[in-house]
Amino acid sequence: MLDSIQKQLLEEIADLHKMPEGAYNIRANSQMAARNTTSDIDIITKNDVSGIDVKIKDGTKNQSVHIPVVMDKSGITEMVYNDFFVGDDCDVTIIAGCGIHNPGEENSQHDGIHRFFIGKNSKLKYVEKHYGQGEGTGKRILNPVTEVYQKEGSYVEMEMVQIRGVDSTIRTTKAELDKDATLIVRERLMTHDKQTATSIYEVYLNGEGSSTDVISRSVAKDNSEQIFDAKIIGNNACKGHAECDAIIMDKAHVVAVPKLDACHVDAELIHEAAIGKIAGDQLIKLMSLGLTEEEAEEQIVNGFLK
Amino acid sequence: MLELKDLCFIVEEDNQKKTIIDHLNLKIDQGKFVVITGPNGGGKSTLAKLIMGIKTPTSGQILYNGTNITNMSITERAKLGISFAFQQPVHFKGITVLDLLRLSAGKQLSISEACEFLSQVGMCAKEYINREVNASLSGGELKRIEIATVLARGTEVSIFDEPEAGIDLWSFQHLTSVFENIRTSAKGTVLIISHQERILAIADEIVMIKDGKVEAHKAKDEIFPKIVGTSQALSSCGMLSKEDKKC
Repeated sequence: MLDSIQKQLLEEIADLHKMPEGAYNIRANSQMAARNTTSDIDIITKNDVSGIDVKIKDGTKNQSVHIPVVMDKSGITEMVYNDFFVGDDCDVTIIAGCGIHNPGEENSQHDGIHRFFIGKNSKLKYVEKHYGQGEGTGKRILNPVTEVYQKEGSYVEMEMVQIRGVDSTIRTTKAELDKDATLIVRERLMTHDKQTATSIYEVYLNGEGSSTDVISRSVAKDNSEQIFDAKIIGNNACKGHAECDAIIMDKAHVVAVPKLDACHVDAELIHEAAIGKIAGDQLIKLMSLGLTEEEAEEQIVNGFLK
Repeated sequence: MLELKDLCFIVEEDNQKKTIIDHLNLKIDQGKFVVITGPNGGGKSTLAKLIMGIKTPTSGQILYNGTNITNMSITERAKLGISFAFQQPVHFKGITVLDLLRLSAGKQLSISEACEFLSQVGMCAKEYINREVNASLSGGELKRIEIATVLARGTEVSIFDEPEAGIDLWSFQHLTSVFENIRTSAKGTVLIISHQERILAIADEIVMIKDGKVEAHKAKDEIFPKIVGTSQALSSCGMLSKEDKKC
């Protein structure tokens, strides 16, 4: 059974108020807390390492898999290996996420390696939210590694969100795309206090007609630090676009390192990066509507990260 | 009533002091529809920004219903009942037209209430309500949304800073009808900075600002005939006068 803190963490990371529909695997403090499989989606515990294999049959449509992780004990450090095998011609949603409540002095750390093997012409939407809270002085640390291997004609949309409470995170995402495959990544990130967040993307556009769009919107507050490091490698006739748009506040530090690597004459690769404070005219406009400067800032940040 | 007393605004450019507003005195009575006009660089927009608190006067006083608001913040003035439509509408990432109208109204407007404000500025609400207020909208569309934010506030004083600036004539032709509607429906004081004859023609009073001073402040009928056809009252092409309210 999940306790009330774990339930609240689940709401934050997966909008879950009760057990989800369809397949799910809920992990709480390094143990399996609940699992459900369906005729099309199987979840199997790995024997050699901690983690699960999620196997989705060919042709599975309009189904979802929830795999949230919650931790509310201080001092847990775990490394989890989850593999997702999505068959051909599927259309599925996978909702992951990790919520840490650290009440103690020791660090809580969840590192996960998620590997996605996407079949031909399949469509996947992947949502991953990270959230941290807790009154303890122990750090809340998340280091997710995501690997995506996309077969011909597949379409993957990834939404990565980390808005509050994670002290340190290094997110590494690597993708390899075959012919006519598409990967869309939307990252939304906010750091505050002394948090650090690094996002590393490496997308290999190997197949003809493959494409990617990696877009990061972030807000860095207080003394926090963010590094956005996106690399797109075009090995065929392909289209790639990476964009980092960051609002910097207070004494924060933001680094954007876009890198394009074209190995084919028909590779079309673009990157855009913009870092700046909240525009003064935006604040003035909202203040002229009766908002205080702090309220105006909040609205601008909320809209930006929406 | 809005009263400006001996207002000065001086800036420093290249180590030289430049007077933008020069000991200006002006009284705007409650409920009037007043158009402020005058040559470019005469201080009209600066005057509007001083009233809203976007700029701070070097000296002098601004009184609103007898209260000295000279040192009040933009937020305080907004809460007292002054609204301001910017000459260049501000872009936002992620904030939608509906969000902005709700912030303007200071409450969770229903979709149909928000749509009502968009209809008042001649916009097809369903097409716009969920659009982000950014450069994907045209200059004319952003202007109308800007005006709708002022309507949604419904305050006692509404200031519009050159609504015609930066938009094409077709879009402006639509806008003039919006102001004609405001003229008939608005109960509060409306202050518009404009050069356009059609806007001047619907004023109760016209204020001519030149070199940072009020050169004339009279009823429209007294002043309007003298400035028609001059650069203070630009007329639009007659071919554009047909209304096109496709929605």
